[in-house]
Amino acid sequence: MENLAQYFQMGGYAAFVWPAYGLGLIGLVGVLWLSLKSWKDAEQEFSGLKSSRDDGASS
Amino acid sequence: MHKFANPTFFMKIANGIFPWATGISILCFAVGLPLALIISPPDYQQGDTVRIMYVHVPAAWMGLMVYGVMAASSAVFLIWRHTIAHLVARASAPIGAVFTALCLVTGMLWGEPMWGTWWVWDARLTSMLILFFLYLGYIALGDSFEDQERGDKAAALLALVGSVNLPIVHFSVEWWNTLHQPAIFGLKGFSVNAAMLQPLLLMVAAFQFYYIAVLVIRLRAELLSAKIRTARFNLAAAE
Repeated sequence: MENLAQYFQMGGYAAFVWPAYGLGLIGLVGVLWLSLKSWKDAEQEFSGLKSSRDDGASS
Repeated sequence: MHKFANPTFFMKIANGIFPWATGISILCFAVGLPLALIISPPDYQQGDTVRIMYVHVPAAWMGLMVYGVMAASSAVFLIWRHTIAHLVARASAPIGAVFTALCLVTGMLWGEPMWGTWWVWDARLTSMLILFFLYLGYIALGDSFEDQERGDKAAALLALVGSVNLPIVHFSVEWWNTLHQPAIFGLKGFSVNAAMLQPLLLMVAAFQFYYIAVLVIRLRAELLSAKIRTARFNLAAAE
């Protein structure tokens, strides 16, 4: 347990090492999430437009 | 080469690459992160702060590489008018901007304990900051014209002109005096110990394949947006 606490201290540089990895995680996951969201949103909008076009064609 | 300009053909290949890129990226992160954070040794001078290198260096390399991809695709777009090339550049920009921002922030987190300062206005740091602004400029310029085509051309020109900054970033540590350490990869190979090189290369690969996977997702969204614009135009014309 003491070893684990020592490890997390990163030789006294924990305040620099962990934020670097944390920001890396936030950055990469953030872009991935936003990209997936814009793809899904576009897919939804496109299928909505397609169905309204089909409705227009049938009426 | 011109058959890649066909969006259907291009996306068929991109969609085929997607699961592989995703899998390889996850695998490289799964192996690279424990090596970077636990197994690799602390540096004899820099102690555990050297672990920041495993995020900082891949982010820096990707920031430069993605801009290179953007400049090359923009050139293809401007010369041959291949829309898919412009979409590759457009889809790459936000990913490259995040890599560059990550490089700058992790560099500051590494600089403070090692150099005693968060920031210095030297050539390497300043040219990297300019790269970040070039990304932001590209993203802003593309959407700032009412005429989409003019916006696309202006953004492509900016990407091309901005590529002058890439060799400046790379060679800045050789051309000018700086606090920044020399390049890790040079003509004489790698200047890093093997125990540190392994996690570093794994993290670079993880970032690289992450970029490819996210690029494919963004390309799908970009192509759908183009289809939406056409469908809207057709609907408006029919009314």
